[in-house]
Amino acid sequence: MRASEPFQFETASYLIQIGNYEATCLSDLQKGVQQCSDGSIFYHTFQSLGRYHFLTEGFSNEFAQWVLASCNRPMLAEQLASVDIRDYVSLADLRNELLRVLSGYSVANPREAVQGAFEPFFFCETLEEEVPLQLKAWTLEEFRDCIEQLPHASLQFHFITSRLRLHLRTNDFSFWLVKELGQKNLARQIDQIDIYTNTLDSARERILQLVKGELGQ
Amino acid sequence: MTSTQTQTQAEMQGQPGAAPPKAEVRRNTLEDYVQVLGSGEIAELRALAERLKGASVQMVNSTSVGGGVAEMLNRVVPLMCELELAVKWEVITGGDDFFAITKAFHNSLHGEAYNLPDESFSTFLVYTEQNRGRLTFDSDFTVIHDPQPAALVEPKPNRKGHWVWRCHIDLSHPNQRVWDFLAPYVSLYDAAIFSSPVFARKLPIPQYLFYPSIDPLSEKNRELDPGYVAEVLDRFQIDFRRPILTQISRFDRLKDPVGVVRAYQIVKRYFDCQLVLAGGGAADDPEGREVLAEVREAAGKDPDIFILDLPPWSALEINALQRASTVIIQKSLREGFGLTVSEGLWKKKPVVASAVGGIPTQIIHKHTGLLAYSIEGTAYQIRFLLSNPAIAQKLGEQGREHVRENFLIISNVRRYLTMFLHFMKRSRAVAHG
Repeated sequence: MRASEPFQFETASYLIQIGNYEATCLSDLQKGVQQCSDGSIFYHTFQSLGRYHFLTEGFSNEFAQWVLASCNRPMLAEQLASVDIRDYVSLADLRNELLRVLSGYSVANPREAVQGAFEPFFFCETLEEEVPLQLKAWTLEEFRDCIEQLPHASLQFHFITSRLRLHLRTNDFSFWLVKELGQKNLARQIDQIDIYTNTLDSARERILQLVKGELGQ
Repeated sequence: MTSTQTQTQAEMQGQPGAAPPKAEVRRNTLEDYVQVLGSGEIAELRALAERLKGASVQMVNSTSVGGGVAEMLNRVVPLMCELELAVKWEVITGGDDFFAITKAFHNSLHGEAYNLPDESFSTFLVYTEQNRGRLTFDSDFTVIHDPQPAALVEPKPNRKGHWVWRCHIDLSHPNQRVWDFLAPYVSLYDAAIFSSPVFARKLPIPQYLFYPSIDPLSEKNRELDPGYVAEVLDRFQIDFRRPILTQISRFDRLKDPVGVVRAYQIVKRYFDCQLVLAGGGAADDPEGREVLAEVREAAGKDPDIFILDLPPWSALEINALQRASTVIIQKSLREGFGLTVSEGLWKKKPVVASAVGGIPTQIIHKHTGLLAYSIEGTAYQIRFLLSNPAIAQKLGEQGREHVRENFLIISNVRRYLTMFLHFMKRSRAVAHG
């Protein structure tokens, strides 16, 4: 089957801008999360998952990592780490959830909230540059071939950060597979791949396995 | 050699079979990096450069040889040229008085006192004017590296292209007198680049984060034949069958080599291990000689401590020592970025390092290595790794991936391309109102 519109693979490269705000305690962190730009929320959650994709145990986002490593608050760290970015199609909603967790902790533990951290947390943000790659797929076979050679940043762009562009709880691959090739089951299985317990490479392997299975290979 | 050992390159060369593999004779091309990163990553770099083809870039620094900046530019500039950007690299000139002042600037920006008279600032500006007269600034993107050429920046209405100041040093605690002099010039740029948020200053211009990088194909980092690694161990009489703890760094108090010996002595109570302290700086630096003497004294007559004062051309030997190590240590008291950590991680080695400078960026505690805050803590983390080889192996593997994603020379090129694309997009947006 041939799609009427091809899948045009793109990639995103990020320029990291150092913010003017640093947190030295949990209360500061809460203030920072409240006031920082969407680009900053993106950098410390969606983008950090991509930057540290090779960590498949105990790392979810940079807020949680800092709370654990620099504030020694494992319970709060666990709560922050449990905020699953796949549940959010807007950064505003994600920010609100992070704030809900942080303010809940501060209210229940006012003394701990103002205790100094070992190291400060530096807020940064990303400026995204998107460019098309020389990769285009019209068929499932071509899609498989492209996935095999896709760079990490492109895989992250289409598979993880796509939710923010589509404003849908899915990824670019699954969206295209349903829309263009009618592959509902394959799309669902790809969307179920856990990005927290897979590296980008193992996620790619799983996608390839599923696509090859569909192709009878 | 029977006890604590110090060896020079001359001594090394005097031994049979000591000749290292032939040095690189050609520059690496993008294609060479495919073996390390895969074809997709290199194709992506070409895609990023597509819209920048023909754009002119001017890199300006203070030396073409020696030092980390020149080493980086020697690798980044050819790669950018291969991506069809028109890159020129220019070096400022000046008399001994100019470089004495810039050396004092450098030290004082790291926090030391600035003892030169006020006239030194005028002398600095005289040389800056001379260089401005000699150089032509007509590129789309001008990147000025470090404080020496920082005042070359032209005021905004008169200049062409985008100007960026790339600061490779730690500005977190600068001498106020020197920073007050430089800050007005830095504020004229379109942006500044720092190696860590910790190193940045509050400035009225955007500040971007570019990590320093290592070259996986350089002599210090490329894959080595196991036979050569064994030969280097043999040359220094290090036993490959027993655990090897290694710190590679200059003999400098800020690297705390005596603290490393103390940590090793604690570990030694539990494990029959060896310690290698390898680096340079003792031959031509009086303080380095003092530190070396202190280290020897701390080491006593322990035959399992190897103190190697290596000359600057020992990249392959250092590579071999890192590859032969069981645990790599970087127990600095203060640190710039500390790229020796990335060198160890790239070789899949478990690293125990102090949480100072840029080290916590490289060591995500319990994920890509272990951080420590004291001699006892360092010893404890080393013992933990020696007791848990599977965990040590996993930390090393994850460490390599961390370096692959963030601290390789190709990532550095990528960051420059992304910044240039960002400037280009911003200019277009301004032009279209």
